[in-house]
Amino acid sequence: MSVPPFERFYVEHREAVFGHLVRLVGRQRAEDAFQETFLRALRGYDTLQHGRYLRAWVFTIATRVAIDEGRRPRPETHPELDGVTADDRPEYAQIEHLADELPEKERAAVVLRYGYDLSYSDIGNALGSSEEAARQAASSGVRRLRRRLS
Amino acid sequence: MTTVPETLDRKFRQAAAEAGLVDVSFDVADSPIGPLLLAVTEAGLCRISFDPEPERETEELARTFGVRVLRGPREVDRVRRELDEYFEGRRRTFDLPLDLRSRKGFSREILDRLARVPYGEVTTYGSLAAQAGNPRAARAVGTIMNRNPIPIVLPCHRVVGSTGGLVGYGGGLHRKRRLLDLEAGRPGLDIPYP
Repeated sequence: MSVPPFERFYVEHREAVFGHLVRLVGRQRAEDAFQETFLRALRGYDTLQHGRYLRAWVFTIATRVAIDEGRRPRPETHPELDGVTADDRPEYAQIEHLADELPEKERAAVVLRYGYDLSYSDIGNALGSSEEAARQAASSGVRRLRRRLS
Repeated sequence: MTTVPETLDRKFRQAAAEAGLVDVSFDVADSPIGPLLLAVTEAGLCRISFDPEPERETEELARTFGVRVLRGPREVDRVRRELDEYFEGRRRTFDLPLDLRSRKGFSREILDRLARVPYGEVTTYGSLAAQAGNPRAARAVGTIMNRNPIPIVLPCHRVVGSTGGLVGYGGGLHRKRRLLDLEAGRPGLDIPYP
């Protein structure tokens, strides 16, 4: 799948990226973050090898920009973790160095979930899949990492 | 979906071009002979096309000049202005740098000679071929004219058949006729297009 002209990539993703940034840093700061996100994307665009996962790619850039903007994504509740002790969730620092070896989708899901604390619904958006699929990708990524750690 | 404010969109497009991160800037401009897609690189004007289909054309621009193709109304302003002046009859020569890197060898030589055919005059396919030292290549010159990446500015409308017939034009014969009428001072361009 070849890399599309930047214009098409930009038009296809700008609304979703802007919405994502508004959720992460608020309307006011989203405007600066939006420009910075797509400028960073442009800087790397001509070195991309293929046009797959562009949505996940730009959402990851946007999330990094939001974090660089100095504010963590807003904390949220995780109903799926009710009744689960904190120890069941991996410490991101423990798995970060291993994440690179995961299949692409799982890696993105794990990094966005545990590194950036994004909701599964946002991760689903980033990966162009459903919330449920994002949850599954993250959990299968974590299982894989646990197997490697043990 | 959260709509991106128009000012933000514009700011990003400008910042991208100013940072030198864009391979090709393009926009669609109105003209008396219909909408024109105008595209420029850092080196100069690289494309004018009739009946623009930006979706297909950005693909083609990306293949030739690089994938960082971005709409940039301000970047093509100078081209738009000179074309406006031309269509108003106030400009006879264009003062625009051109990016012809996609044309090499014989094609390039023919386009360079084409650029020197003066406003209001015509030449023939055979004559251009002969000037380039290959008098029998009139048909090849016809093909080169048909694929002219920068019509109007590189005036392929001024090239006619050996008996004076209009013969052909990538943008359609009606446009060729209107451009020649304009340069001959004949009225007609004020008739709304098409």
